[in-house]
Order: sequence, then C-alpha cells, then structure tokens
Amino acid sequence: MTEQLSRRRFIKGGLAGTVAVSVLKDKETQAAHDFEGYPDAMGVVVDLTRCVGCRSCEAACNKEQGLPEPAEPFDDFSVFDYMFHGQKRRTDEAHYTVVNRYEVPQLDHPLFRKMQCNHCNEPACLTSCFVNAYTKTPQGAVIYNSKVCVGCRTCMIACPFYVPTFKYSSAFSPRIMKCIFCYDTRLKDGKPPACVEACPQEALTFGKRIDMLEVAHQRIRMEPGKYIDHVYGEHEAGGTSWMYISPVPFDEVGLDTSVTREPILNYVKGFLAIVPMVLTIWPALFAGFHLLATRKDRIKESQTDENQEG
Amino acid sequence: MQPGKKMKQAAWALGLGLALLAPATGQAMSAEDAPESVEIDTLAELYGPVSFDHAMHTDVAQCSDCHHHTTGTDPTDPPCVKCHYGREEGETVSCTDCHAAEPFIQENLKKLENPEIFHIDKPGLKGAYHINCLGCHQEVGGPTGCQDCHQMTEAGEKRFDTGKFAPAGYRPGAEQHEPEKKHE
Repeated sequence: MTEQLSRRRFIKGGLAGTVAVSVLKDKETQAAHDFEGYPDAMGVVVDLTRCVGCRSCEAACNKEQGLPEPAEPFDDFSVFDYMFHGQKRRTDEAHYTVVNRYEVPQLDHPLFRKMQCNHCNEPACLTSCFVNAYTKTPQGAVIYNSKVCVGCRTCMIACPFYVPTFKYSSAFSPRIMKCIFCYDTRLKDGKPPACVEACPQEALTFGKRIDMLEVAHQRIRMEPGKYIDHVYGEHEAGGTSWMYISPVPFDEVGLDTSVTREPILNYVKGFLAIVPMVLTIWPALFAGFHLLATRKDRIKESQTDENQEG
Repeated sequence: MQPGKKMKQAAWALGLGLALLAPATGQAMSAEDAPESVEIDTLAELYGPVSFDHAMHTDVAQCSDCHHHTTGTDPTDPPCVKCHYGREEGETVSCTDCHAAEPFIQENLKKLENPEIFHIDKPGLKGAYHINCLGCHQEVGGPTGCQDCHQMTEAGEKRFDTGKFAPAGYRPGAEQHEPEKKHE
C-alpha cells in the first residue's frame, strides 16, 4: 500500500483534480472577459500637449487628501531633475500624484506627464487582494479599505502601473497609499477630483468615461498630426478610467506600452480560482490519503503492541 | 384699426432709431470700440486678478485669435471656418458667456449627453484663458511664468506650501523657473 501511494502519486492526483476543477470553471469566467466597465463610470483624459508642469494638481491633491507637508514647495520646479535609482519621481505614501518632465527629441520643448492611479475597469490590485480591501465603485474609482488590509503588499506587485505604495512609516497598522479619485470627498457627490479642478490648462478633462473617450478621439481627429492616434487607457489593462493622449509615442513619456489589452485579471483568474480549493480541499484530501496509506502500519503496530503486552 | 396702426408706426420708428444707433451689422467690430484694459478677476482665488492690456493685444493679435467668431471676423482655426463662416458679430463677446466657470459640474456634464451637440470639448473658463493666453505666449515668446500675469495670493501660498507657508528648513533650489518669485 505504501508503495502504491507514493509521494509522487499523491501530488499527481491532487494536481489532476485541481486542473479538472479549473477547466470546469472556465465557462463561468468567460463571461467576465466582455466587461467594459460600469456604464456611468467617470473618467479623465490627460492631454500631454496641454500640461505645462505647473504642479497645481500635486498641490491640490496634497491638500484635498490631507497628505503630509512636502519637502519643497509645489512651485519649486527643481523636483523635475530628481532621480531615484535612475528613475524619475513616482507616487509614494506622501504623494498620490506626481508630474514628471520628459525631454523628447521630436519637440523643441519638454513634455510633462502626471501620474496617479489609472482606476482600471478590472483592477489587478483588487483581483490580487485576498482580503477584498479594494472596491471598484460604479462611479469608476478604485478605493481601498485599510481596516481589512493585512499589509501583504501583493497589490503593489499586481498593479501594471506601479501605483499602490505602502506606508512604511506605519508598518504595524498596514496602509496602502494610492489615489482614490477623491471618491470620499468629491466623486461620490458627482464632483471632479481636486487635481482636475486645479488644472489651469484643462490638461485634465473630466466626465463620463464613455464621453471622455469621444472627446479624446475628437481631439485627435480635429488636429491631424498633433497627436499619436491612440488613447492610452482605452484598452490598456482592459481599459482604465484615466486615459492619456500624447504628441509622441507613449513610451517616450514613461508609459508602459507593453501593458496588455486584456485585464490582468484574465491571466490570473484560473490560478486564483484554485487557491480557495487548495486551501480547503487539499488538506482534507491528503490527510485522508495519509491515513489510508498508513492504516496497515498502524494496525500492525497496534498488533505488535498487543503481542508484546500479551 | 386706428390704435393698431399707431402702434405699428411707433414700432417702425423705434426700429429705425435703434438701427441707426446700433453699429452696422455684417461688419467687423472695431478694435477701437473695445476697452483699453480688462480686469479678469472672476476666477481669482489662488492668484490675484489679471490686468489684461486689451489695447496692446489688439496690436499683436487678431480679434478672432481670442474671440473666435463673435467679433464679425472669420475664425483663424481652419476647422471652425467650416461652420462659422462670414458670420455677423455675436450678441456678446465676453469669454464668460460661452466658457463655463465650472465646466465639470453635473449640470454641464449632462449637456454632453445631447447627441446634437458638436462642441463636446469646449474648455471651461480657466482652461480657455490659459490654453489661449499661454499657448500664444509660448509661440510668440511672451511671458510664461505663472506670476508674470497674476500674483499669487495668500491662499495660493498656502495651497502651494510656498512663501510664508514654505516647509521649515526649505532652501530654494538653484533651478527655479520663475526668476521674479521672492521667498520671504
């Protein structure tokens, strides 16, 4: 018996069962591929031809979200020269949004690009979170609940845009810091986020996501040659609420053009579906196998014990 | 009817009088009729009002560069001319009459749902000012610093953590874009 149920066979059996379940599950998950986001979700078009790098959005975000005082004033433009380990500034626990400057060879002036959470239609952070700390609201915001967060930081790895950041200054009450589209204070009441309202150049245009897509495409169409004919975020990562239009290829302004058109969710759904099963079925199954496999030994043992006693 | 006839005559007289008083239609407004300067203060909050030297700008720009199709001249943007061609001057030439001060409030966003509407991408007032003014200044080499046009207010200094609200221990870096800015 112990020979027949070798360790290898245990694992083989377990894996076969797992695969069977995940294959059966596929039909169910297929339907979610067609999700195009909430119909009334709001969105923002970021027009890189308009942004002048004034950092008004950063200042407005800082005040609206009650973030800590910055190291330098928001009208100090030397921050555009900062480099951290060869990288430009990025979002962190004190900055939900940052603007970076990009020198592009095609133009005689630099371009500026704001970054923040792009609020995916099907967020990878939300998918990866095993305590459901994230929610995609019907208004389009991806919000976060620090009360249930255990600080595993999987969302930080899952995000294709490297947006969620960890508040390392309070590691014992874990908290992810990221843009929430001003959901609590503005978006849920139908108001635009603070950065949009602050932007003097209207480089940030706010409205329903479907209307913003139309605006973006119209802007590209109306001035031929001014923009690259692509709306970044229309399909990237399965579609995002925040979208970009640019006069130069997107990789020249630090946007990842290798992000897939499919939601990140689709790549991990199969795997994630088996996680609960592994956690619930496997222990019982393998414990059963173990008990069965060692039953004879135990009977033998107890017999020899009896013999010795007797 | 006698009273009706009198009324009609009065109406004609009034109409003729008004026609004589009003500038001839179908012609462009004259730059000389425009104010010397305009105080742009409706949005002043973080920055003070802009004292706009209108007379000076009429020398360096065409009316339609800013007023598009409302001053009786054809717009300078090629796509606009398709519809706004050979138009008479508008009833109003003020920026605020077309560009909403709060473009993103629900009431204004609702208007985008009308399928008849062509101008789905009309900038708000703040956007219109900055895109037009700064856009031209960048092209022709006009002033482009924030405080070249409007001084930052105390509320602005608070918002930007600058001036007397600058972070403790902050020493301005070498690469400030605005040379005139003074740190108290």
